[in-house]
Amino acid sequence: MALNVPDIRRQFPFFTTNGSLVYLDSAATAQKQEAVLTAMDTYYRTTNANVHRGMYELAERATGLYEGARATVQRFLRARHSDEIIFTKSTTESLNLVAKSWGRAHLKKGDTVVLSILEHHSAIVPWLQLQEEIGIDSAWIDCDDEGTLIMDDLRSILSEKKVKLVSITGQSNVLGIRPPVREIIELAHRAGALVCVDAAQLIAHHPVDVTALDCDFLAFSGHKLYGPTGIGVLYAKREILKAMPPFLGGGSMIEEVRRDGFTPADPPYKFEAGTPPIAEAVGLKAAIDWILQTSWTDIESHEKSLMRAAFETLNGVEGLRILGPKNPDAASACVSFGIEGTHPHDLADILGQEGFCLRAGHHCAEPLHRRFSVPASLRLSVGIYNTEEEIRRLGPALTRAIRLLRK
Amino acid sequence: MDLYAENILDHYRNPRGKKLLKKPTIEHEEVNASCGDSLTLRLLIKGNVIEDAGWDGTGCAISQAGMSLLAEDLSGKTVEEAAALSPASIRTLLGVPVSERRLKCAMLPLLALKNALRTRKKEPPLAWAELLEEDIP
Repeated sequence: MALNVPDIRRQFPFFTTNGSLVYLDSAATAQKQEAVLTAMDTYYRTTNANVHRGMYELAERATGLYEGARATVQRFLRARHSDEIIFTKSTTESLNLVAKSWGRAHLKKGDTVVLSILEHHSAIVPWLQLQEEIGIDSAWIDCDDEGTLIMDDLRSILSEKKVKLVSITGQSNVLGIRPPVREIIELAHRAGALVCVDAAQLIAHHPVDVTALDCDFLAFSGHKLYGPTGIGVLYAKREILKAMPPFLGGGSMIEEVRRDGFTPADPPYKFEAGTPPIAEAVGLKAAIDWILQTSWTDIESHEKSLMRAAFETLNGVEGLRILGPKNPDAASACVSFGIEGTHPHDLADILGQEGFCLRAGHHCAEPLHRRFSVPASLRLSVGIYNTEEEIRRLGPALTRAIRLLRK
Repeated sequence: MDLYAENILDHYRNPRGKKLLKKPTIEHEEVNASCGDSLTLRLLIKGNVIEDAGWDGTGCAISQAGMSLLAEDLSGKTVEEAAALSPASIRTLLGVPVSERRLKCAMLPLLALKNALRTRKKEPPLAWAELLEEDIP
């Protein structure tokens, strides 16, 4: 294993303060690397000023840091132009921007938006809102019992309906499944539909190249990429952004405001109303710079070993049923499961008392849980800093918790 | 003392009052959609006294044990006494500390009771925020 995990761990102050915790909830939010914290703290201590408007040197430096973060994101995603990178407060806000700005302007009653059964609520609800508001239809791509998307579902929907957009996750936050996004984009484009990719989970675990993918929209959050909360990104193709009305209205997104109307600014500013999360952008840049110091091959190889250890550990627990994939290599960075005769909340509480941090619930993916006929599950998710040893400790802890609860 | 004390586990493993009533005066279902806890409460009311309380449900140990404890406590109470039960009463019934994160699990039985009584009086149901406002841990 090429990664020096103990060394990486030492770079995350969280683990020094919380030495006895086993943090297996990085899919909910990841811990922060030292350089991220330093960058944000330094920004506030030395270079804090509002961006884009200031005519003094400090303001220019602050603006330079913010726009420098934008350029870093552009390079990270391999986007062609920096104006294709919009800063939002989260993936959820990014996806809402797509639905409410692009969706309202380009969709009408009878148009169809395709969703996969794997989707997170943030990629579902904005389209359901449009369903209520303007009467668009939604159509669903189901998956099999191992979580693999049924591509024939997509093919039939594309041939039978007026599909304008496909909303697809790059990596499921419940099953760890990575849909064949490139193939989905090809099929969708051939049928005249755009594709919006939710990369919230994928972004920390695999290289993302929006040009190679040719996706029309892509969203992710800073806080799952070892960066701060409060910042997200929307990537969208230049021509698409030009044809979209603004989302939020206010300062910075205008060219001119008169009593009888306004002219919006050009992208990306058109979609960045108000004072942006400047310190958070600085933090996000530091997180990206840090992760790019490590090869994706090494990261993925390490996380693959972690997932194999997780599956081995979980499969050794009596009455435990893993949702979805049977093969650990098909589950990227997370695995969800249930245990007969117990409720996930009780397990999570008891495990929590022993220092294990796992998430219980439907993980903002109710349609997926309903498809698997469970109201909730327990989820184990990994980040770059986890070890096989701490994952294996979960086995006996689970057995103890079950013994306590079992009727 | 820990939330999963023997008393709680006993009521979880051997729930009391988990039964149908022949002709319940009220039947009301309360669901905590975010976690899948659900409780259906049935009350037999004669005059203004709760003669019998039965329930059914699925969910976490806290919500199910809590309902079992509450159902035992309800028999013989007047409707007014039952309506006056508060989050503090539930905490006393459970007899163990309830953390913020398990509050909804612990209070689901109380919400079910309050809304069963409100439905009977054709009053609008109580929302979580209103119920938990009364809570003083």
